Amino acid sequence: MSVLIVIFYILSFFSVYIQVFLFVTFLENRKKIDIRSKKLILKNYPTVTVIVPCYNEEKNVSLTVESLLNLDYPKGKLNITVVDDGSKDNTWGVLNELYGSNKRVNLLQKDNGGKHTALNLALENTDSEFIGCLDSDSSVHPEALKRIITFFDNEETMAVAPSIMVRKPKKFIEYAQQAEFDMAHYNKKMLAFLRGLQVTPGPFSIFRKKVFDQIGPYKKAHNTEDQEIALRMHRHGLLIDHCPDAYVYCGSPNTVPKLYKQRVRWIYGFIKNALDFKELFFKKKYGNIGFFTLPAGFISIFGAMFLLLFFLSRVFNYIGGKVIQVKVVGFGSLFGSDFNFDPFFLSTETFLFISIFLYIMVIVALFNGRRMIHGRKIFSFDILLFVVIYSVVAPFWLMKAIWNAIFSRESNWAAERNYSLNQLK
Amino acid sequence: MKNDWKKYIIVFFITTALFATAAGLSNFFSNKKLDNLRSIQSKLATDILSAETQFSLLSELSCNQDTDNWNLSPELNELADKISYSEGSFRSSDELVELKRYYSLLEIKDYLLTKRINEKCGEKFVPLLYFYTTAENCPDCVKQGHVLTSLRQSYPNLRVYSFDYSLDLSALKALIRIYEIDDTKLPALIINEKKATGFKTIEDIEEIAPEILKLKTISDIKKEKEETEEELKIEKELSESN
Repeated sequence: MSVLIVIFYILSFFSVYIQVFLFVTFLENRKKIDIRSKKLILKNYPTVTVIVPCYNEEKNVSLTVESLLNLDYPKGKLNITVVDDGSKDNTWGVLNELYGSNKRVNLLQKDNGGKHTALNLALENTDSEFIGCLDSDSSVHPEALKRIITFFDNEETMAVAPSIMVRKPKKFIEYAQQAEFDMAHYNKKMLAFLRGLQVTPGPFSIFRKKVFDQIGPYKKAHNTEDQEIALRMHRHGLLIDHCPDAYVYCGSPNTVPKLYKQRVRWIYGFIKNALDFKELFFKKKYGNIGFFTLPAGFISIFGAMFLLLFFLSRVFNYIGGKVIQVKVVGFGSLFGSDFNFDPFFLSTETFLFISIFLYIMVIVALFNGRRMIHGRKIFSFDILLFVVIYSVVAPFWLMKAIWNAIFSRESNWAAERNYSLNQLK
Repeated sequence: MKNDWKKYIIVFFITTALFATAAGLSNFFSNKKLDNLRSIQSKLATDILSAETQFSLLSELSCNQDTDNWNLSPELNELADKISYSEGSFRSSDELVELKRYYSLLEIKDYLLTKRINEKCGEKFVPLLYFYTTAENCPDCVKQGHVLTSLRQSYPNLRVYSFDYSLDLSALKALIRIYEIDDTKLPALIINEKKATGFKTIEDIEEIAPEILKLKTISDIKKEKEETEEELKIEKELSESN
């Protein structure tokens, strides 16, 4: 047995383990998943501030703010704070023109310093009971905030993450992301059940104000402040939940290079933040975040990368053999006239069955996520797109992120931002 | 976290069970494949034994269509392909080595029979013995394999018998002794008793044994077959009209 095969078995064992673990969690908790379609009426409406940090967003910031203004929430209880992080375009002018006289919208301007500085400035200027953030390429479902607030009925819950959807997918790459997000909903909800959710996504995660009072403001955190704050909460034993029916619609990268850039940043952020919080690993007091979520993240990164290299090595081997054949006896030998299909030559190696199991489990996870969010379980072509595109492209951003992590090359958050402009139009 | 310990252990067992299922499935199909190999081999053994018996019974064998069409190569080749594939993929068990030994023995028997037919009925076939090795890395053997496959496809009456030099089989050892094959000079070819060592191209082989060029090509054979079928058809039509 070659070294490659041994590594394959070890990594695939852990990968299957992760999927089975999530699936068992799903079976245990599936009745607790509630998707509400009716309008909610809360007993009391706590005060909420939603911060919208923006940089050069003159064209789409209004859609984000409008969607917040359309939230079904009492007017006096919801404050919207838009922070212009030193935009070079006319963002500040647009904001003043549209919302200068709107008492529900609080406008702040500062020198450019990065997303976390914009968030922190708004944090200093609010005394609401709950704080949220909404990236200026996103919009929210009118019921989203109320649905999230109901999760705070549990006194222990300190932050709640929403379900992120792709806004109006048009291109293949966007449909693939839609399928990925469906799976992400499932993963997030299961990790929330395990009390091990590792991220409070930038778009519309809501926190109790006292979280910031206790653990401090946002940090730069390798341009993934939403991962860092979640890990910091775990360090302090603060619970993060996930609200599957709080829908947030985000602009998503619409080309492979843009998606690649975004994911390099996410994965890079995950690796660096996980290493910054290495004390969480395998400590009983931190629970599943250290025993399951963070190790699973690393295994997924190395697993996906290795699987591609493993299959590529086999494909190259095959092609190499064919090249020798062509060199020796010519091109015509590739097309033998007496070709007969014989099932004998179908591979029946153990690793093939394990790969099939793994793919089935990923598809099941995706279906479960889809049913959880949309209440339907149909097969659609975006699943195929997801499997094909991500199997091939994902390992490259994983490799690049690891490369960057080793040499500490950060990617720029703001540089990615323009992808959403066209989608919001 | 307390309850989760149980879950970590249960999931471990479920995952192990899934892996065991994958291994079990693979084993099941491997055994099916071995069964397939055994059945081809047993059919071949019967065919060769039958031919030998026929040959012995008719000491004055008349050269007829049977000898003209004496050809177990397709089965032998199929078996060779399948054994070689199995070695590379699903297992390298003692059972497979045993199958390979038996296969080599069948090849030698077929080789001897082909030689006898040639002696009696004229040079209908060109036997070619090919010695390679799997004991060490032999890129030239891979290339030689492609050349021989290609030649075999062009000239069905070129009978290629491949032998793994490293295989422990006394009949094979005898063959190696007779032709003085040296394991440092592999691949080695014996074409109509003429020895050639090292990688040989199609042109090299045709030069060493020009009799190959006189063999019927695949298109000749196809053409003959079509003509025979056509004749049969006409005869049938004639008899029907009469």
